[in-house]
Amino acid sequence: MQLAVLVIYLAALITPWLFVQHQHRTAYIMALVPAVLTIWFATHIPLVAGGEVLIHEYQWIPGLDISLTMVLDGLSLMFALLICGIGTLIVLYAGAYLKGNPAQNRFLVILLAFMGSMLGLVLADNLITLFVFWELTSITSYMLIGFNHQSAEARKAALQGLIVTVAGGLALLCGLVMLASIAGSYSIQEILGSSEALTEHPLFVGMLICLLLGAFTKSAQFPFHFWLPNAMAAPTPVSAYLHSATMVKAGIYLLARLQPELGESGLWTILLSSFGAMTMLTGAFMAVRSTDLKKLLAYSTIMALGTLTLLIGIGTETAMIAFAAYLLAHSLYKGALFMLAGIVDHEAGSRDVTLLGGLRKNLPLTAILVAVAALSLAGIPPLFGFVAKELLLESMLGGAFHSFIYVFVMVASIFVVTVASVIALRPFFGTFKAPKEKEKIHEPPIAMLAGPVVLVFLSLVAGIIPGTVGSWVTLPASTAVAGGVVEGYLALWHGLNLPLLLSGISIAVGLVLFKYWDAFRSRLQVLDPIIARGPERGYFWFMDAIVWVAEWQTRILQNGSMRNYLRTIVLVFVGLTGYTLLTRYQLHWNWDVNLYFHELVTVGILVAAAIAACITHSRLGSVAAMGAVGFSVALIFILFSAPDLGITQILVETLTVILLVLVLFRLPSFSNISTTRERIRDAIVALLVGVLIMFLIMITIDVQLFEPISGYMIENSYTLAHGRNIVNVILVDYRALDTLGEIFVLALAAMGVYAMIKFNPATSPGSNHYAGTLILGEKKLAEKDIIHSLEEIHQKMLEDQNIISAGAMKDRNDNDDDDEDDSPNSSYDEDRDHDDSQAAKRKAEEHDDDAENEDKEGKKS
Amino acid sequence: MEPVMAIAVGLMYAAAIYMMLRRSIVKLVIGLMLLSNAANLLIFTSAGMTRGAPPLIPPGAVVPDGIVADPLPQALILTAIVIAFGVLAFAVVLIHRAYNILRTDNLDQMKDTDT
Repeated sequence: MQLAVLVIYLAALITPWLFVQHQHRTAYIMALVPAVLTIWFATHIPLVAGGEVLIHEYQWIPGLDISLTMVLDGLSLMFALLICGIGTLIVLYAGAYLKGNPAQNRFLVILLAFMGSMLGLVLADNLITLFVFWELTSITSYMLIGFNHQSAEARKAALQGLIVTVAGGLALLCGLVMLASIAGSYSIQEILGSSEALTEHPLFVGMLICLLLGAFTKSAQFPFHFWLPNAMAAPTPVSAYLHSATMVKAGIYLLARLQPELGESGLWTILLSSFGAMTMLTGAFMAVRSTDLKKLLAYSTIMALGTLTLLIGIGTETAMIAFAAYLLAHSLYKGALFMLAGIVDHEAGSRDVTLLGGLRKNLPLTAILVAVAALSLAGIPPLFGFVAKELLLESMLGGAFHSFIYVFVMVASIFVVTVASVIALRPFFGTFKAPKEKEKIHEPPIAMLAGPVVLVFLSLVAGIIPGTVGSWVTLPASTAVAGGVVEGYLALWHGLNLPLLLSGISIAVGLVLFKYWDAFRSRLQVLDPIIARGPERGYFWFMDAIVWVAEWQTRILQNGSMRNYLRTIVLVFVGLTGYTLLTRYQLHWNWDVNLYFHELVTVGILVAAAIAACITHSRLGSVAAMGAVGFSVALIFILFSAPDLGITQILVETLTVILLVLVLFRLPSFSNISTTRERIRDAIVALLVGVLIMFLIMITIDVQLFEPISGYMIENSYTLAHGRNIVNVILVDYRALDTLGEIFVLALAAMGVYAMIKFNPATSPGSNHYAGTLILGEKKLAEKDIIHSLEEIHQKMLEDQNIISAGAMKDRNDNDDDDEDDSPNSSYDEDRDHDDSQAAKRKAEEHDDDAENEDKEGKKS
Repeated sequence: MEPVMAIAVGLMYAAAIYMMLRRSIVKLVIGLMLLSNAANLLIFTSAGMTRGAPPLIPPGAVVPDGIVADPLPQALILTAIVIAFGVLAFAVVLIHRAYNILRTDNLDQMKDTDT
């Protein structure tokens, strides 16, 4: 089974090469792959129908409990057959539908990649693997919806679909991880049967909500249904395949998979049946309002998805039988209807039923196929849709439910009859109406008709022999969903009973409604303002909110002022570290220490010098104070057993003072810009840091978390490294790599300093004040040329498309020339830089000495 | 000695942060220097302070005589001192260069990414 998935991905990989030679015929070759897989899966039918579950084990990341193990039971098999079977027909259809489209190549690659992902999704046993395939279907769906990427509408719809499903995917991941941690395994097969442990766990409600968010967004359940009709911007094969037969059923698949584990819970039943019923009603209602064939079908798909969720929610054995039958029936007729809608659009030039009429003479075969598929949609015997609808009504009556669900189901079935009649009758009967001329409308090529013919034929056959189909395909699936053997049968004739009566009523009322459909629709326009405030508004509001929050936080945090950044960083540091320190550790002031007068004086000088450096108004004073600070530090090092540090500090301090004197006096003198209030605020921030550091030191002295490693270094300094100065041994032996790094840092700093002094903007030719500017003069010219030529290309394109006249380009160029002539800035810059160049040269010479000093220092240390 | 040093280092940190929060870039340099010195002392103090026992092995011996100061923090600080000097030299020249180009020493006027 792993191989089956792999084969499809490989097929996707080699498609581009085949396409170079065979053009649109590639699709016909590629259709062989899913066709062969369909047959391969079909050979497993007797085995699985016999109650066996095939498990192909394969490790992926054993350390993380993630495997590529794949399981084939009744449910997986039904899905696999649908994916490969309908996939074959769709690839054939796409070959003809997109014939001559230069991007057909890309389309086939993504379509096949989707097919592989979807197949992996329904076969995967591991929750994480399932999630990976789940996300892959979202991504491929995104690329397929946005296939016509020149259209802004398609891009928007693709992004909407992606954001909704991927946001749900994130919730799903949380849910799956919770599920695995409660059940103790990532394998669905192993989780089976631990239902009691699951439902009684405190995390259960959170887990359930996360899982349902994932499933509901993917399967377009209310209130996330809005992305599906928008996704109809995709080419028709995609709508037929992803957005009716397979991908949107992934959520349903997941719910069905989890039904044996979670079905016991009351919350599960309530959430699934109420959201399912709501989705069903919304879908049916919105379908009746629509006039676009694809929108009609999309909304009726939402209705079907709602129905499936409702059936899982009901959870009785009859409901499980109905679930599998309804799923199969829906995939068969809806796939066919979408492909037929694509044919009508392709041939007649429109999908709007109000613009079409009387096409049956030009498209006789299409008309018949639509009629039969619509009969199945409406649930009229002897189609398989009727069998499924009878079962739906039966399980609704059998489940313990409030009457509002009965009302929902009845209203939905009435509307669906109307929708079916609209699809079957409006475009094909009455007086001829179409955007294209009558003579140009003709039946499509055989590859496009093959799909609908096969699917409609299957609907019919399954309706005539429901018992066989039931026992081979749907009942094993029901068994898998119910988690135990299901007793039941599928039949066309259940006898004269309540479901049949309800069915009859819905058909009659639906037909009456169809008669007055136009009037009914215009009446419904009263509700437009309410519908405009639907859940899609929430989506747009959410997207705006993201942008708003991003802007707000950028304004607050990334405002470009370094002092703000520093203040924020410092306060966060004080807050977090301070909180941790004070809650975890105790502060002891141990004053019982020997204090000597000379030490106190040194520390006093240090502090006084530091404060003096802050408050002095003269640069020289502050440099002198810094010298005092540095030398006091050196003295402290020497007093407390660190002679090497003392020596280094004295050397460095001397160099620093020289450096400061050389450079600081080329800068302006201290400016006092801040107000007193700002000073006080900054002083408070600074003191907070100071106090925190004080606490930090006091606590660090008391706390020793690990044995120091210096004991080893002291003991082995002479015996192993042959050095008597342990600090030196550490630097050049134990931690020699650190020292190497240090040398590199110094070398880099020296190079940076050298570069900044040598490549002075004022001294370089072609002077202007951008960095590294020796060649910028010419570069600027080149850039200008590029802009010019791009503009010309653009101009040329516009002219070719007759958007603007040829003369317009010349005018624009003239304007450009004018702009270049009067640019005052450039001449101004040159003047200024020229004045500075002499002074800068002198500076550069002086700085060279500093750089050399630094290099020496690096070697010394 | 540690409590005294703790207070001193705390004050040095406060002085350093205060100077770094000024608008004048020259004061920023002073703040940077204070900060590197304060950080060195922070490590030095936290490791515990020992009088008159440098980590040296007397001639003829294989290990030091009695308890000596911890050599590891000293080695780290030695590295830090030298690197702080490198950073300082770089910062000073950078600031000097920035001043030459922008003709301002006010940090708040250096907000824009392009000049």
